[in-house]
Amino acid sequence: MDAALEKVSAKPDLLLSTKHSLCPGCGEPLALRTILELVQELGLRERTVCVCGIGCYTAFPSIIDVDVIQALHGRAPSVATGAKRVLPDRFVFTLQGDGDMVSEGLQEIVHSAARGEKFTAVLLNNGVFGETGGHMTATSVLGQKTKTTMETGRVAERHGYPIRIADVLAGLDGPAYVARGAVHTAAAIAWTKRILREAFEAQLAGRGFSFVEILTMCPTDWYVEPSESADWVETNFSGTYPLRILKGGMMVR
Amino acid sequence: MTRVLLEGSHAIAEAAIQAGCRFYAGYPITPSTEILEYMSHRMPQVGGVCMNAESEIEAINMVWGAAACGVRAMIASTGQGISLMQESLAEMANAELPCVVVNMMRGQGDYFQATRGGGHGDYRHIVLSPHTVQEGVDVVALAFELADRWRNPVDVLGDFLLGHTAEAVAFPSRDGREPPAKPWAATGARGRRAHNVTPLGSPEKLNLDPGSHHAAIAAKLPRIAAAEQRHETGVLDDAEIAVVAFGSPARFVKYAVRVCRERGMRVGWFRPISLWPFPADALAGVATRVRALAVFEQNAGQMIDDVRLAVLGRVPVVAIGGISHDHSGFGVGPALEPDHIVARIADAYGQHVASRTTEG
Repeated sequence: MDAALEKVSAKPDLLLSTKHSLCPGCGEPLALRTILELVQELGLRERTVCVCGIGCYTAFPSIIDVDVIQALHGRAPSVATGAKRVLPDRFVFTLQGDGDMVSEGLQEIVHSAARGEKFTAVLLNNGVFGETGGHMTATSVLGQKTKTTMETGRVAERHGYPIRIADVLAGLDGPAYVARGAVHTAAAIAWTKRILREAFEAQLAGRGFSFVEILTMCPTDWYVEPSESADWVETNFSGTYPLRILKGGMMVR
Repeated sequence: MTRVLLEGSHAIAEAAIQAGCRFYAGYPITPSTEILEYMSHRMPQVGGVCMNAESEIEAINMVWGAAACGVRAMIASTGQGISLMQESLAEMANAELPCVVVNMMRGQGDYFQATRGGGHGDYRHIVLSPHTVQEGVDVVALAFELADRWRNPVDVLGDFLLGHTAEAVAFPSRDGREPPAKPWAATGARGRRAHNVTPLGSPEKLNLDPGSHHAAIAAKLPRIAAAEQRHETGVLDDAEIAVVAFGSPARFVKYAVRVCRERGMRVGWFRPISLWPFPADALAGVATRVRALAVFEQNAGQMIDDVRLAVLGRVPVVAIGGISHDHSGFGVGPALEPDHIVARIADAYGQHVASRTTEG
């Protein structure tokens, strides 16, 4: 194994086990890995409280080496609000999928952002309810085929439009930092690690609410091979969800 | 001990502060709003947090987060708002999160909601029902202790009258009664292994086992039921019938029983303080000595189910209460008039005691 391959396939220190129940090609473990690497690099393990929502990624709390509060579907931002308010010197971040955050829990994320709660909210956005088997969420893009839009794909007249939650939150006064990343290419992962670092640093500096959306691949529910899922992101997500810093970056591009 | 004049809502809020509560979240709703108002100015004075949440669901989940970090936390609402919180209230029991939930009921229609659990799954909340403002102060302190002892939510079931009645109350000294250490809390894994606070399975990492987790919580319930039954009785020694009542109406029943005694009726009273666990053992004992139990509650008949389960047919159980609201729908209605209660007791007495005496 060459050095580069060894590096990218090594287990992050804060991952207790590489066994998980997610599908081949899933983007969520890549997002988790990026987050855990940063928590380690910033020396935050002993003061981190993760608040986890309900979705495929709910497999993670039992295999990550940080304290986790398991929240109910949609409620992680409120739980994190309570946690961060009573332990203001801890590093608190939430993990939610698009079904959890943008469908079930839209009110919670918007209010938490508007209050400027000083935690970091991470959205793993794959545009489907993965855990229930691939149903339309509030972020499914137009044309997206899901179990509940199987014949036509998502059609605006029947199913309405996707919510660009990062754009919604960036329009509020409370957030200090809002950005969107992805994990479908090496460059996207590097970008995502950069914006996660900026979001974490915004929290550590007490600047306010920080938010990172990460587009994650779901080949199972996109009905493509894992090898095709990076192309799927480019073809289907990049128009609706461009990777960029929407608020608070050093250099908005 | 110094006494201060406080309305019930403020007294209960102050009692929570003095019991070490340092996080409160609420959403305004009559008749619990005064607790939120009090907390909004009092919490910052003691270094605590009060959240004027944007919904009941957000409020209870903020409490979830604070409780999961090991802080004594409370929420208050009325039955309608507590209906909105039920998913969280059920799963907080599964996550073994101590917290105190105050329900200032409109009438007494939330007995089932509190004692049966309005949410899903196998869980119970401990439910304490004060009938005076002083008792409200006392049970709030007890509620925080029981919540921590059993790692389970504890409900304080008050009502419109309790919340809005001002009485002179004393706050017991809390010297040496600091909240216990909570090594299970999520605080950042400093110098220890990381763990989870979760309703879904084991808190240990690499050991997700929902079946065992839920079985262990269910096994806790009979132990709570055996240990935490509380009640109060009056003039039962020679009683022919006992009137069973909880909360503020029990206070009216005590007076009505005294009037009945003055009129020659041998009547006593039994007041459950813990509604779950219901003081079934004590009430079953009473049932061996009286001819009937008369249940006075301000609803269509809810606690009467627990009375019947407690006495298992040993004596007749009759309902003498009913739905009775004021014009606003929030407060108490004419059924709490002492004359009305006396008349209902006298009816029951006539049917179950006087007639048999005649036959005898």
